[in-house]
Amino acid sequence: MNNLLSIITFLPLVAAVILALFLRGDDEAAARNAKWLALAATVATFLFSLLVLTGFDSANTGYQFVEEGDWIMGLKYKMGVDGISVLFVMLTTFMMPLTIWASWGVKTRVKEYMIAFLLLETLMLGVFMALDLVLFYLFFEAGLIPMFLIIGIWGGANRIYASFKFFLYTFIGSVLMLVAMVYMALEVGSTDFEMLANHQFDSHSFSLLGLQIAGGIQTLLFLAFFASFAVKMPMWPVHTWLPDAHVQAPTAGSVVLAAILLKMGGYGFLRFSLPMFPVGVETMATFVLWISVIAIVYTSLVALVQEDMKKLIAYSSVAHMGYVTAGIFSLNQQGLDGAIFQMISHGFISGALFLCVGVIYDRMHTRDIDAYGGLATRMPAYALIFMFFTMANVGLPGTSGFVGEFLTLVGMFKANTWVALVATSGVILSAAYALYLYRRVVFGDLIKESLKAITDMDKRERMIFAPLVAMTLLLGVYPSLVTDIIGPSVEALLSNYHAAIPTELVEAAASTSH
Amino acid sequence: MAAQIVLFAPLIGALIAGFGHRVIGDKGAQVLTTALLFLAAALSWSIFFGLEEPQTVHLMNWVQSGSLNVDWSIRLDRLTAIMLIVVTTVSSLVHLYSMGYMAHDPQFEGESYRPRFFAYLSFFTFTMLMLVTSDNLLQMFFGWEGVGVASYLLIGFYYKKPSANAAAIKAFVVNRVGDFGFALGIFGLFYMTDSIRFDDVFAAVPMLAETNITFLWTEWNAANLLAFLLFVGAMGKSAQLFLHTWLPDAMEGPTPVSALIHAATMVTAGVFLVCRMSPLMEHAPEATAFITFLGATTAFVAATIGLVQNDIKRVIAYSTMSQLGYMFVAAGVGVYSVAMFHLFTHAFFKAMLFLGAGSVIHGMHHEQDMRNYGNLRKKLPITFWAMMIGTLAITGVGIPLTTIGFAGFLSKDAIIESAYAGTNGGYAFWMLVIAALFTSFYSWRLMFMTFYGKARGDKHTHDHAHESPLVMTIPLGVLAVGSIFAGMIWYGSFFGDHHKVNHFFGIESHEVAAADTGHGDAAPADDHAPAADGHDAAPADDHAPAAADHGTDHGEAMTHAAPMGAIYMAPDNHVIDDAHHSPNWVKVSPFIAMIIGFIVAFWFYIVNTSLPKRLAATFPFVYNFLLNKWYFDEIYDVLFVKPAFAIGRFLWKRGDTQTIDGFLNGVAMGIVPWFTKMAGRAQSGYVFTYAFAMIIGIVALVSLMLMNGGSH
Repeated sequence: MNNLLSIITFLPLVAAVILALFLRGDDEAAARNAKWLALAATVATFLFSLLVLTGFDSANTGYQFVEEGDWIMGLKYKMGVDGISVLFVMLTTFMMPLTIWASWGVKTRVKEYMIAFLLLETLMLGVFMALDLVLFYLFFEAGLIPMFLIIGIWGGANRIYASFKFFLYTFIGSVLMLVAMVYMALEVGSTDFEMLANHQFDSHSFSLLGLQIAGGIQTLLFLAFFASFAVKMPMWPVHTWLPDAHVQAPTAGSVVLAAILLKMGGYGFLRFSLPMFPVGVETMATFVLWISVIAIVYTSLVALVQEDMKKLIAYSSVAHMGYVTAGIFSLNQQGLDGAIFQMISHGFISGALFLCVGVIYDRMHTRDIDAYGGLATRMPAYALIFMFFTMANVGLPGTSGFVGEFLTLVGMFKANTWVALVATSGVILSAAYALYLYRRVVFGDLIKESLKAITDMDKRERMIFAPLVAMTLLLGVYPSLVTDIIGPSVEALLSNYHAAIPTELVEAAASTSH
Repeated sequence: MAAQIVLFAPLIGALIAGFGHRVIGDKGAQVLTTALLFLAAALSWSIFFGLEEPQTVHLMNWVQSGSLNVDWSIRLDRLTAIMLIVVTTVSSLVHLYSMGYMAHDPQFEGESYRPRFFAYLSFFTFTMLMLVTSDNLLQMFFGWEGVGVASYLLIGFYYKKPSANAAAIKAFVVNRVGDFGFALGIFGLFYMTDSIRFDDVFAAVPMLAETNITFLWTEWNAANLLAFLLFVGAMGKSAQLFLHTWLPDAMEGPTPVSALIHAATMVTAGVFLVCRMSPLMEHAPEATAFITFLGATTAFVAATIGLVQNDIKRVIAYSTMSQLGYMFVAAGVGVYSVAMFHLFTHAFFKAMLFLGAGSVIHGMHHEQDMRNYGNLRKKLPITFWAMMIGTLAITGVGIPLTTIGFAGFLSKDAIIESAYAGTNGGYAFWMLVIAALFTSFYSWRLMFMTFYGKARGDKHTHDHAHESPLVMTIPLGVLAVGSIFAGMIWYGSFFGDHHKVNHFFGIESHEVAAADTGHGDAAPADDHAPAADGHDAAPADDHAPAAADHGTDHGEAMTHAAPMGAIYMAPDNHVIDDAHHSPNWVKVSPFIAMIIGFIVAFWFYIVNTSLPKRLAATFPFVYNFLLNKWYFDEIYDVLFVKPAFAIGRFLWKRGDTQTIDGFLNGVAMGIVPWFTKMAGRAQSGYVFTYAFAMIIGIVALVSLMLMNGGSH
């Protein structure tokens, strides 16, 4: 199969088109068909993606399964995966069937709902596989449209405000990124990723409006992309759209948002910033490290005082993404390995945590922490699952959450001990907010009348969590499953990066950091 | 294979009891976990006695990233073997005991709670075993945090009780503060030595001692800094001063948990860590001086608080904290074998005191306030004798200047002598002697208030007080044997002459290394030591020769492999000898302190029982200061807990909502009226605007591409 990646990418789209064109009616049967078709399509996509994983040669650090062809208007269609992107593809295909299955209770506009998620999957997969600037831009920006719709149509009471805020943030970032992309395309004369990565953008300092720009054009390009990726991560202080978006999004929307969409920013840093603007990265690394660790402490403290479960977990997500960016900009093997690992692991853990909120939201229709308490008595299975992912979220060794946190922190320590110190304090705060949440929801005596009849998770709910528990444990006990795949590509990325940094800059950095 | 069974039997028990109790039943879950633990204990003892060469069993790869390469493995040496028997023995007895103790619980009327309890206990044992069998710092950290979780779950076992939940969170979070230091220590060791396997790290220690590391604002000696950071972890786990506040609250857990986790095993993990890292500690004089200082201070402070507490479990909890301080002093002055000795004996008598207290509580229908006890020795005769043996052991009863006595007599006196030798009779020594006096006082106070005098409190409860069933008294009996004999049997191995200690811990003798110059210079008169351990018979000259070379071959030491042996004592470390040669008054001092403590307690609580109240009324400030535990909780609440919430609220309301969102709204609504118009419309409006903008973007990209392509 020479076009395996295209099959994977567009299979959900095909299903979406079938739904749109051929599924008629608003009755129960139509809704059921829509769900089953969506589930079948996402499962099939996952199965196909397994072929990519089994056929993937991790020793080869170049792009694999590459498909290249002409497209409209002289544009190129080019797809491929390498050690950096292949696991994001897997994460996406793995999470989507669970997301669809978790949406079994959707009542309104089921067909459109399924179409939106299927479309979203295609676009997200495209982001991780595109090897052409225009193609990437298309997937990257278009991916937000279904997300807007998911929040805007199936969201909570305040959904308009949330999706507007989401839109505004991403729009500003996107504009700047677009400008940078145009510049790059003109400068290189190609939109091919490999060509762009091989091109050395000018890095001579110049002054602009009386402001000295160290690292020259590369720094400006870096910042333009940074504006977009930082919003997507999201990094402090452009994170405030995320809690609102999560709170308003339906459960499945939150799962996709946390598990996959947030990873696009991190992926972008690895795919664009490091290989294409190394001098810009070198110039800005300390700055990014600091705002990353500020984010960890800041959002952890904010999480401590939240009264809405989803908001709390959303802030916790921002903190965890802080480890990712700090790991990336530590610019060493452990930092980068850890960052990728953390993104994958956070996909499972945060996805599961939002599903946990969904389980009780479906029953009680509130996310207010104060509305709960004492669930352990009536919902022992739920208490166990929620405890497991709470512990994974605080980075308990033996779960995947630990490995990512540990590796990024090791990387940070090598780069800057202050940064490592501040970031490590996050492990104290995460324990505080996560256990405090758990205590208020699950522990205590069950005294609220409204909760007296609450039922434990049913079979479907348990089966949705099972694969997530398995992956979290598996990657916690045997993380080599991930690091073996990403390791060589990360190593190659780093050696190219270091080769591209002019020696005087290396010496300057060395003299300031010691 | 035996090691694997020891390690995984508790895990298997935990999983089956936790998930399969519906199949095997409540009783089945209890019997299975207990049986597996007894199996593990039996195998541990066979490993302990059969241990010849240290060995490492590789299980599987764990974390690999660049040069970082960590495995799951089992390291078997003397330190591990000691911990194995301590952990599995106490754990199996606690399992057995819990079958009786947890049989009925009014908190869980009609619910199945026993399998959960036994699963947690076994899970704890598994993580504790992972901690002690680790051959690298990361697996140790796995066990370290694992026992933290198990402890969290067990402290909060009565999850309906708010105080239990609060205590559980407190324990976890305070421990995380310690882990914060531990983690930084691991990062630093990896940064400096490119490995976190013990053997690699130990081999690199001489290098670390001579290297500076840039950490935060300045440069530090690497060995000192890293030893200190690791010790911060130990402070948290072992409840040393400043990170101790969780331990008394941890008494919210069921009493068997207190015996297993908060007395015998988990809280000693910090001591184990310091002993395990002895090669590093030996090269970190400032860090070990700090350990000595803090250990001594903890021993003292905890003992003072223990004097006035009324909850029987809290008295024992503070006693534990105080005894842990003793162990750290021993480790701090470089006598790791003695630290392990006290860890070993303490496990027996402290577990027994807790289980005995549990038996009292069980018999008294969950009454824990000693003011409501009294005259129970007839009602609970077996418990009384067990507690009596425990008290004799912890207060250190024995025949001075001999090695005949209860377990605590030998190990505690060994520590006090070491403290004298290691600090030249300084601060640590005096703190420990005073603490010994206090220990004796509060231990006897506990005995007198509980078992003597008149019955106080609820008459009905006293009338129905009953001795515990056999499953609870058998463990007491076994631990009593340990509390009496463990010290006498293993004295030579832990604190005897060099030959015995070296042989026991597998340390290669220094005498092989160099020519004989004299131990005589360091401690001229071997024969003034009346210790009956045969020290004279085997003049312990092993150390000194190597000490003579120490200065010259330091350079070569850098290329050395890791030192042999489970613990390492630098060639110039003579504390163990000096301790044997300490003056007689030093050796008798803890005994005298013990006698004074006993007499005062007897006077206060048997002879003149109104005296304590009057004393408290005369010195209300001192009394309240001690009763309120030196106000640590209140201070921490003001310094850390309240500010954390206040800052969180401030950042949320002022930072996120007002500043960031306010700015954004300002931009959106004020500066760009276009957006204002859109915000008024339905959301679909700007989605399409967005799509449109994106398409414009692509068109721009494409057309520029085309134009550019044309120009080439």
